[in-house]
Amino acid sequence: MSRLVFSRKPARFAMARIAGAIMPGAGASVGPLALEPDEQLPLPTSEWVRLHTRMAGICGSDLSLIDGTASAYFDPLVSYPFTPGHEIVADVANPDGTPGRRVAVVPVLSCVTRGITPLCPACTVGRINLCERAAFGHLSPGLQTGFCADTGGGWAHQMVAHPSQLIDVPADFTDEAAVLIEPTACAAHAAARYTGKETVIIGAGTLGLLTLAAITATRDKVRHAPIVVTARYAEQKRLAKKLGADVVCASDEMPRYVRSATNSLVFGDQLTCGAAHVIDCVGSSDSLQQALRVVAPGGEVQVVGMPSNVSLELTSLWHRETAIRGCYAYTHADFHTAIDVIRQHDLGHLVSATYALKDYTDAIAHAAAAGRRGAVKVAFDLRGS
Amino acid sequence: MPRPGFVLEVDRSTPSIMFWRGENFSLEKLPAGRSRVIYPPEPLEAIKDIDGAIRHALLNPHDQDPLPTQLFPGMKLTIAFDDVSLPLPKMRRPDTRQRVIEAVLDLAAAAGVDDVHLIAALGLHRRMHEYELRHALGDRVYDSFHPRGMLYQHDAEDHDNLAIIGTTDHGEVLEINKRAAESDLIIYVNINSVSMDGGWKSITTGLASYRCLSHHHNPETLENTRSLMGHRHQSALHTSVWRMGKVLKDHGPKIFQIETTLNTDMFPAPFDFLSKREWEWTARDRATFLATTKSLNRTPIKLARKIFHNMEGPHQMTSVQAGDTDAVHKITLEKVYEQQLVDVVGQTDILTMGIPYVCPYNPDGVMNPILVMCMGLGYLFNMYRNKPLVREGGVIIMTHPCYRDFNPVHHPSYIDFFEQVLADTTSPAEMSRKWEKQYAEDEWYKHLYRTGNAYHGVHPFYAWYWGAHGLQHAGKVIIVGGDPATVRRLGFTPASTMDDAFEIASDVVGRDATITHLHAPALLVADVQ
Repeated sequence: MSRLVFSRKPARFAMARIAGAIMPGAGASVGPLALEPDEQLPLPTSEWVRLHTRMAGICGSDLSLIDGTASAYFDPLVSYPFTPGHEIVADVANPDGTPGRRVAVVPVLSCVTRGITPLCPACTVGRINLCERAAFGHLSPGLQTGFCADTGGGWAHQMVAHPSQLIDVPADFTDEAAVLIEPTACAAHAAARYTGKETVIIGAGTLGLLTLAAITATRDKVRHAPIVVTARYAEQKRLAKKLGADVVCASDEMPRYVRSATNSLVFGDQLTCGAAHVIDCVGSSDSLQQALRVVAPGGEVQVVGMPSNVSLELTSLWHRETAIRGCYAYTHADFHTAIDVIRQHDLGHLVSATYALKDYTDAIAHAAAAGRRGAVKVAFDLRGS
Repeated sequence: MPRPGFVLEVDRSTPSIMFWRGENFSLEKLPAGRSRVIYPPEPLEAIKDIDGAIRHALLNPHDQDPLPTQLFPGMKLTIAFDDVSLPLPKMRRPDTRQRVIEAVLDLAAAAGVDDVHLIAALGLHRRMHEYELRHALGDRVYDSFHPRGMLYQHDAEDHDNLAIIGTTDHGEVLEINKRAAESDLIIYVNINSVSMDGGWKSITTGLASYRCLSHHHNPETLENTRSLMGHRHQSALHTSVWRMGKVLKDHGPKIFQIETTLNTDMFPAPFDFLSKREWEWTARDRATFLATTKSLNRTPIKLARKIFHNMEGPHQMTSVQAGDTDAVHKITLEKVYEQQLVDVVGQTDILTMGIPYVCPYNPDGVMNPILVMCMGLGYLFNMYRNKPLVREGGVIIMTHPCYRDFNPVHHPSYIDFFEQVLADTTSPAEMSRKWEKQYAEDEWYKHLYRTGNAYHGVHPFYAWYWGAHGLQHAGKVIIVGGDPATVRRLGFTPASTMDDAFEIASDVVGRDATITHLHAPALLVADVQ
């Protein structure tokens, strides 16, 4: 039994940043992430339960952490040492230690999980992703499970969770399908803003594909204009087409498609009209700038992919009254939507490769090069070990 | 005395035959005993006193009064001229258009005509750059007329400056440039490189609107145009154009047509070996060929394009005739055929053709994949009279790199056409039904056509329709040496070598299939019996 632990070690953090800049994912072998013997965490309160992890995915935010590129913004929202992993399917441990119900974890550590009363205004209305108390209460700071020293994370054989974080996995779901519930919930949250007008999804990694899947599974009835998806690799293009994109193209080809579809004129690099809704699932300076170039006046750029430090020319935002709106995490309702989306599109096949925890450097290298290697989701498989 | 064209039966002693491959060439060994090569006639003698011949034509027109008697003070005179799409390659200066227009302007000045407009009759082609106008017209004409706004380019989308002349008995609306329509006299200055051009087509396409052009530039008409270069009565396109010509003659302004023909002396040294027959190549020609191909293999494609497009052809005028459009064009056709016609007996199972770096729609630009199709199936396949060179259901093999490369300034709608339309369908009829309107009415394409140097948004459709008859006729089309994905997008079959292509073709036409190679350069029209 073992776990991966991310510690506060500035020197190693710096090495990870250098290594990650040279080869994405290389921060795993030189940085502050280490494989350690598992140890049983104390339950924060008697309400909490123990989980035995079955599978845990590797997310883009995990990779940015490992390669040292995550924003300093998160520093106060993380407590060290912690075990990463927030895309989790696990068994609840019965009091006698035997495996109980199979659950997916809602990793957000909101007021309820932190024992905070009264609930903050956001939690009161169920918008736990906007909880105002993520660094407070009886738990150490932690945006989510997987970033908090007290809860553990999915990259370990065992962890703890509050009952409010548990969503039962349908019996007909494989573990591969279940490990996608959390990222699909993110996508479902993004898809809720889809209006059916011209929409561009930038990026066809896991998040881009799942967002597309969530739109076509839940909002297809309102679709009355093309959905354009940019994808870099052949497998991503194939999957985007399969999941219902009207147009799948390379990033540099996208403005032409949008221009044509919206009968737009062009000044400089800027479309005069453009897509009503641009969903940026990359979150880089380039992708956001491109989103601003193709979004319609008064339209919205929705930032689903986690951005870090970006540099943007915002004149067009001012001139065209466009909006950039963040899109973070999910509510409990999004998890139930995610289950429907996964079932409808049979998304379990998007888990391309699984690794044992001990092979974590290979797993992370694979995840960091997923698109190039024809993969979508890479996960740790902790079953039977 | 130039030698006529002829058909060479390939035997074991026949040397390898030169094929164009875009901005390069290759030598291909054709199978002995079942292959033949059609060589064009050698270039005819050029007129020695070209300016004298032009003046003679203007003073002695066919079925019309001499030009000076038609010119009078206070009249509105419009001189329209062919655009940059021909000749190919561009002529050495002075261009035929310059010579003819200067002669016309001298007569107009002598007659006291001062309301003279010069219009580039470009139809839906791209606007010419200043350097192209200067090359075609000369600096004197350009500097005299352009600064005063009296030299400009036809705009098929300027609806305030279009006028309807009338409608044919088939319901085709003839809508042309308003200035031309309201003139006392239009003088049209042609360069008739091929038999397709000239006659009533000059004004009814070059000065027409999209609405007018769409009557004959459509899949149905072009599938029934057999061929573009052959007898007029076998061409639905020319039949339609001639109907419009009748409307123009009956209800439009007076027209003084000037048509000129060129010989086929197309390439200057050191590329003059291209026009020679391979077994007549000297040691120097062979060395030049080898050095050229090896150098071009190492030359960046942009530089290679620049080298080729900067080339100026030594071709010169072989005839000039003026006057009534029908009378003039009849003589022109005889002159074109005198230069280009080759008697050929019987059709072939496989037709091979090398596709060069240029076609009428990419002067000084990129021969994009759509234009490769257009050049192969639209132009070279149509270089026949009576019957196609290849039998129905036969195979057409072209050689070209068929790179996925476009000039975004000249061909913006071509890029979208390739990505969007060809990804959906390669059927001319289906794309016409599903996509043409969107492209024709796209405001951005209109803007680029009207203010930049872009072909009209609908032009890639027309380029594709140009090959409609060839597409319908051929059982299979193979491109040797082309980018496989691009070739497949065109709906064709890629092959690495000519031998591979023959092997692929054998699935369609069998192992003992006859092969005919259309030798280029120069231009020829096969009169197939």
